[in-house]
Amino acid sequence: MSTTPNKPVAGKKSGQGFVYLPLIAGWLVPGAGHFLQGKWVRGTLLAVSIIAMFVLGLAMQGKLYTSVQDILDMLGVAGDLGSGLLYVVSRVAGWGAQPIQTTVADYGTKFIVVAGMLNIIAAVDAHNLRTGRKS
Amino acid sequence: MFHPSHFTAVLLFALFASTVFGITMRDTPRRMFRYGAYCFILFVGSAIVLSWVMLLIAR
Repeated sequence: MSTTPNKPVAGKKSGQGFVYLPLIAGWLVPGAGHFLQGKWVRGTLLAVSIIAMFVLGLAMQGKLYTSVQDILDMLGVAGDLGSGLLYVVSRVAGWGAQPIQTTVADYGTKFIVVAGMLNIIAAVDAHNLRTGRKS
Repeated sequence: MFHPSHFTAVLLFALFASTVFGITMRDTPRRMFRYGAYCFILFVGSAIVLSWVMLLIAR
Protein backbone atom coordinates (compact mmCIF):
# COMPACT_ATOMS: atom_id res chain seq x y z
CA MET A 1 0.00 0.00 0.00
CA SER A 2 1.55 3.28 -1.09
CA THR A 3 1.71 6.05 1.47
CA THR A 4 3.99 8.38 -0.46
CA PRO A 5 3.09 12.00 0.31
CA ASN A 6 2.17 14.54 -2.34
CA LYS A 7 4.89 16.15 -4.39
CA PRO A 8 4.72 19.88 -5.15
CA VAL A 9 3.35 20.65 -8.60
CA ALA A 10 6.29 22.23 -10.40
CA GLY A 11 5.86 25.21 -12.65
CA LYS A 12 2.15 25.75 -12.05
CA LYS A 13 1.16 29.41 -11.75
CA SER A 14 -1.65 30.59 -9.52
CA GLY A 15 -4.44 32.52 -11.21
CA GLN A 16 -5.78 36.02 -10.63
CA GLY A 17 -7.97 37.15 -7.76
CA PHE A 18 -8.00 36.88 -4.01
CA VAL A 19 -5.79 33.92 -3.22
CA TYR A 20 -7.34 33.27 0.21
CA LEU A 21 -10.94 33.11 -1.06
CA PRO A 22 -11.03 29.25 -1.31
CA LEU A 23 -9.53 29.00 2.19
CA ILE A 24 -12.14 31.31 3.72
CA ALA A 25 -15.05 29.89 1.70
CA GLY A 26 -13.96 26.34 2.53
CA TRP A 27 -13.83 27.18 6.22
CA LEU A 28 -17.27 28.84 6.24
CA VAL A 29 -19.01 26.18 4.12
CA PRO A 30 -17.49 22.66 3.91
CA GLY A 31 -16.45 21.87 0.33
CA ALA A 32 -17.03 25.41 -0.96
CA GLY A 33 -13.30 26.02 -1.51
CA HIS A 34 -13.18 23.06 -3.88
CA PHE A 35 -16.44 24.04 -5.61
CA LEU A 36 -14.95 27.49 -6.38
CA GLN A 37 -12.20 25.76 -8.34
CA GLY A 38 -14.44 23.36 -10.21
CA LYS A 39 -13.46 20.31 -8.12
CA TRP A 40 -17.06 19.16 -7.85
CA VAL A 41 -16.54 15.51 -6.88
CA ARG A 42 -13.89 16.26 -4.26
CA GLY A 43 -15.96 19.13 -2.88
CA THR A 44 -19.09 17.02 -2.69
CA LEU A 45 -17.33 14.15 -0.92
CA LEU A 46 -15.72 16.57 1.56
CA ALA A 47 -18.99 18.41 2.18
CA VAL A 48 -20.96 15.19 2.70
CA SER A 49 -18.33 13.75 5.05
CA ILE A 50 -17.91 16.87 7.19
CA ILE A 51 -21.58 17.87 7.33
CA ALA A 52 -22.67 14.28 8.05
CA MET A 53 -20.13 14.03 10.86
CA PHE A 54 -21.29 17.33 12.37
CA VAL A 55 -25.00 16.48 12.07
CA LEU A 56 -24.53 12.96 13.46
CA GLY A 57 -22.66 14.52 16.39
CA LEU A 58 -25.63 16.76 17.09
CA ALA A 59 -28.03 13.82 16.62
CA MET A 60 -26.06 11.90 19.27
CA GLN A 61 -26.80 14.82 21.62
CA GLY A 62 -23.18 15.94 21.51
CA LYS A 63 -22.12 19.14 23.23
CA LEU A 64 -21.31 22.37 21.40
CA TYR A 65 -18.58 24.17 23.31
CA THR A 66 -19.81 27.67 24.10
CA SER A 67 -17.64 29.04 26.89
CA VAL A 68 -14.04 28.71 28.00
CA GLN A 69 -13.64 27.47 31.57
CA ASP A 70 -10.29 25.70 31.18
CA ILE A 71 -7.71 24.72 28.56
CA LEU A 72 -9.70 21.68 27.39
CA ASP A 73 -12.77 23.84 26.78
CA MET A 74 -10.57 26.24 24.81
CA LEU A 75 -9.42 23.39 22.57
CA GLY A 76 -13.04 22.26 22.19
CA VAL A 77 -14.15 25.74 21.12
CA ALA A 78 -11.24 25.92 18.65
CA GLY A 79 -12.23 22.55 17.16
CA ASP A 80 -15.91 23.50 16.95
CA LEU A 81 -15.10 26.84 15.30
CA GLY A 82 -13.43 24.90 12.49
CA SER A 83 -16.90 24.01 11.22
CA GLY A 84 -17.50 27.64 10.25
CA LEU A 85 -21.13 28.51 9.59
CA LEU A 86 -22.32 25.07 10.78
CA TYR A 87 -21.15 26.04 14.27
CA VAL A 88 -22.63 29.55 14.09
CA VAL A 89 -26.03 28.28 12.87
CA SER A 90 -26.08 25.55 15.54
CA ARG A 91 -25.24 28.05 18.28
CA VAL A 92 -27.93 30.47 17.12
CA ALA A 93 -30.50 27.66 16.85
CA GLY A 94 -29.58 26.36 20.30
CA TRP A 95 -28.71 22.87 19.10
CA GLY A 96 -26.32 20.60 20.99
CA ALA A 97 -26.74 19.21 24.49
CA GLN A 98 -25.52 20.86 27.68
CA PRO A 99 -24.17 19.03 29.64
CA ILE A 100 -23.19 15.58 28.30
CA GLN A 101 -25.38 12.93 29.91
CA THR A 102 -24.73 9.68 28.05
CA THR A 103 -21.76 7.82 26.59
CA VAL A 104 -23.18 8.27 23.09
CA ALA A 105 -23.36 12.03 23.70
CA ASP A 106 -19.64 11.98 24.45
CA TYR A 107 -19.04 10.30 21.08
CA GLY A 108 -21.21 13.00 19.53
CA THR A 109 -19.12 15.76 21.10
CA LYS A 110 -15.99 14.22 19.56
CA PHE A 111 -17.72 13.90 16.18
CA ILE A 112 -18.50 17.64 16.25
CA VAL A 113 -14.97 18.67 17.22
CA VAL A 114 -13.34 16.35 14.67
CA ALA A 115 -15.71 17.57 11.92
CA GLY A 116 -14.37 21.07 12.59
CA MET A 117 -10.75 19.94 12.40
CA LEU A 118 -11.38 17.97 9.20
CA ASN A 119 -12.99 21.09 7.72
CA ILE A 120 -9.81 23.06 8.46
CA ILE A 121 -7.77 20.39 6.64
CA ALA A 122 -10.17 20.56 3.67
CA ALA A 123 -9.99 24.38 3.58
CA VAL A 124 -6.18 24.30 3.60
CA ASP A 125 -6.31 21.73 0.78
CA ALA A 126 -8.50 24.15 -1.23
CA HIS A 127 -5.91 26.87 -0.59
CA ASN A 128 -3.14 24.55 -1.81
CA LEU A 129 -5.13 23.89 -4.99
CA ARG A 130 -5.53 27.64 -5.46
CA THR A 131 -1.83 28.40 -5.07
CA GLY A 132 -0.82 25.50 -7.33
CA ARG A 133 0.94 23.56 -4.57
CA LYS A 134 -1.44 20.67 -5.32
CA SER A 135 -3.23 19.57 -8.48
CA MET B 1 -32.00 11.01 18.25
CA PHE B 2 -29.27 8.69 17.07
CA HIS B 3 -27.86 6.05 19.43
CA PRO B 4 -25.25 3.95 17.61
CA SER B 5 -23.26 1.17 19.21
CA HIS B 6 -19.60 1.88 19.95
CA PHE B 7 -18.54 -0.16 16.91
CA THR B 8 -20.99 1.64 14.60
CA ALA B 9 -19.62 4.95 15.87
CA VAL B 10 -16.08 3.72 15.11
CA LEU B 11 -17.11 2.73 11.56
CA LEU B 12 -18.78 6.09 10.90
CA PHE B 13 -15.86 8.04 12.33
CA ALA B 14 -13.37 6.01 10.29
CA LEU B 15 -15.41 6.40 7.08
CA PHE B 16 -15.71 10.18 7.25
CA ALA B 17 -12.18 10.86 8.50
CA SER B 18 -10.67 8.49 5.90
CA THR B 19 -12.61 10.18 3.10
CA VAL B 20 -11.23 13.61 4.05
CA PHE B 21 -7.70 12.26 4.59
CA GLY B 22 -7.72 10.46 1.24
CA ILE B 23 -8.88 13.51 -0.73
CA THR B 24 -6.62 16.02 0.99
CA MET B 25 -3.40 14.03 1.29
CA ARG B 26 -3.05 12.65 -2.26
CA ASP B 27 -3.14 14.00 -5.82
CA THR B 28 -4.84 11.49 -8.10
CA PRO B 29 -8.22 9.76 -7.61
CA ARG B 30 -6.61 6.31 -7.57
CA ARG B 31 -4.09 7.29 -4.90
CA MET B 32 -6.82 9.11 -2.94
CA PHE B 33 -8.93 5.95 -2.85
CA ARG B 34 -6.00 3.75 -1.86
CA TYR B 35 -4.90 6.09 0.91
CA GLY B 36 -8.48 6.51 2.16
CA ALA B 37 -8.91 2.72 2.30
CA TYR B 38 -5.55 2.43 4.08
CA CYS B 39 -6.61 5.00 6.71
CA PHE B 40 -10.00 3.30 7.16
CA ILE B 41 -8.38 -0.08 7.79
CA LEU B 42 -5.92 1.47 10.24
CA PHE B 43 -8.69 3.31 12.14
CA VAL B 44 -10.94 0.26 12.47
CA GLY B 45 -8.08 -2.21 12.95
CA SER B 46 -6.45 -0.18 15.70
CA ALA B 47 -9.81 0.23 17.48
CA ILE B 48 -10.33 -3.56 17.43
CA VAL B 49 -6.78 -4.30 18.62
CA LEU B 50 -6.95 -1.70 21.41
CA SER B 51 -10.35 -3.06 22.49
CA TRP B 52 -8.89 -6.54 22.90
CA VAL B 53 -5.87 -5.13 24.77
CA MET B 54 -8.14 -3.24 27.18
CA LEU B 55 -10.27 -6.36 27.71
CA LEU B 56 -7.17 -8.40 28.56
CA ILE B 57 -5.87 -5.69 30.91
CA ALA B 58 -9.23 -5.49 32.68
CA ARG B 59 -9.23 -9.22 33.45
